[in-house]
Amino acid sequence: MPEVTAEGLERWLRRFADVVHDHAAELTELDSAIGDADHGSNMDRGMRAVVGALDDGAAGAADAMLKKAGMTLVSTVGGASGPLYGTFFLRVGGGLAGGQAVDAATLGRALRAGLEGVVARGKAEPGDKTMVDALVPALDAYDAAVAGGAGIAEALSAAADAAEEGCAATIPLVARKGRASYLGPRSAGHQDPGATSTALLLRSAADSLP
Amino acid sequence: MKKLINDPADVVREALLGMQAAHGDRLRVDHSNRVVFRADVPRRGKVGLVSGGGSGHEPMHGGFVGPGMLDAACAGEVFTSPVPDQMLAATLGVDGGAGVLHIVKNYTGDVMNFEMAAELAAENGVEVVSVVTDDDVAVQDSLYTAGRRGVGVTVLLEKIAGAAAEEGRPLSEVADLARRVDEQGRSMGMALTSCTVPAAGRPTFELGENEIEVGIGIHGEPGRERRPLAPAREVAAMLVEPVLADLPAADGAPVIAFLNGMGGTPLIELYIMYSEVQQLLEKAGVPVARSLVGNYITSLEMAGCSVTLLRADDELVRLWDAPVNTPGLRWGI
Repeated sequence: MPEVTAEGLERWLRRFADVVHDHAAELTELDSAIGDADHGSNMDRGMRAVVGALDDGAAGAADAMLKKAGMTLVSTVGGASGPLYGTFFLRVGGGLAGGQAVDAATLGRALRAGLEGVVARGKAEPGDKTMVDALVPALDAYDAAVAGGAGIAEALSAAADAAEEGCAATIPLVARKGRASYLGPRSAGHQDPGATSTALLLRSAADSLP
Repeated sequence: MKKLINDPADVVREALLGMQAAHGDRLRVDHSNRVVFRADVPRRGKVGLVSGGGSGHEPMHGGFVGPGMLDAACAGEVFTSPVPDQMLAATLGVDGGAGVLHIVKNYTGDVMNFEMAAELAAENGVEVVSVVTDDDVAVQDSLYTAGRRGVGVTVLLEKIAGAAAEEGRPLSEVADLARRVDEQGRSMGMALTSCTVPAAGRPTFELGENEIEVGIGIHGEPGRERRPLAPAREVAAMLVEPVLADLPAADGAPVIAFLNGMGGTPLIELYIMYSEVQQLLEKAGVPVARSLVGNYITSLEMAGCSVTLLRADDELVRLWDAPVNTPGLRWGI
């Protein structure tokens, strides 16, 4: 039965960095509609720094590597995305304590710890038009797939699909958190940039894990 | 995009090099952490004042570092909150044993990063109190939103709290005073044009030749509503009326009136606007104790302005008048 290893998680981080780089202009474009036009450039800067940290040292154990990625994002991204994505990876790393190869259920618990960190830091709930709107359905789909006997790859694929649906479902929502909330009803009709980068995060996981 | 820059990625770094070159006699720039320090910090026994935020709002905040105002300011990327590492370096650098006040504008990213920095500072044994400004009446304040934005009142607060800290008052008093300034101040802004974030390369929003955006923030984020262009006296009313409606009532109490340019509007237009604002205040029976007109909390090259009114008692006026010597604000020295 395939398990997630440190090498796999490193592939995920590198893959996400590439995808964020390719979509940086699109993320910034989405952000300029309802925010302040910096989400793509900020995430790109942060994930490049994460790749730099991966290049600098041996990947190390899975938990240490994800915590390092989280700290790097907190220290380089700024804005709301830095603390939110940083906290996500810090908590996922914490959920993989021990650094051994992990099975589907352990990965699911670690990802959920990441979600809980994001919710605690950002105080956003589903429906607020934030990254939580992509993350919650993704992890629900992941858990449902695992409960149904799916392996990691299949569960992550379901999670990525659900994240993309959740992301698209942010379009009609009125933002209640972040700078988009200042627009009130005018924020409806635009896809949330944070939910979009989160969907890219889950798709990157599905493409590179286990 | 037509800007006097070298590379969009180097904008903040190179601007800080210029600040150091221009004001090196009284400021010290920590380039690795992107923090502008007063040259003479830490000062033993004085409460340290740290603020910061995205770059692109100059002179705020780096231009308000100096005697009588801030001890340090963190410069984030353009329109992006600084990171906790910067705020921690600033906090440790200014702590003279009396604790540090963090002045934070109510934007999600700023609040979260300063929150993380305050936790880190506490682990380093430095007492930190945070005051969040939220004076923008364009935004509804409710339990279900991020709350009102912190804008113009931040400048007035940094001046007044800076004067109190300079007098040697303890952290709790400086923080209480800062909160009082935030509670008694309200702002509203408008734009004639968008700005262009260097990394994005094109205007954040498009406005027609005869359109204005009312209720903007300071990041090129679109405002509350779009309206047809109108004469200055009507625009002044669009700003002053909602501010007065929300300003804490105090019969006959004066205000400090702040007419701020967003960066791309010439002073001649700001003075026309200020004249209209003053007349509206007179009509409303609100005396003006002090006034400030100019570009102080800007949004890159956005054309437009904002009005901030602060209900001021004798103490606030006295602290407002106290000497200040910074690149962006200087009097009484």
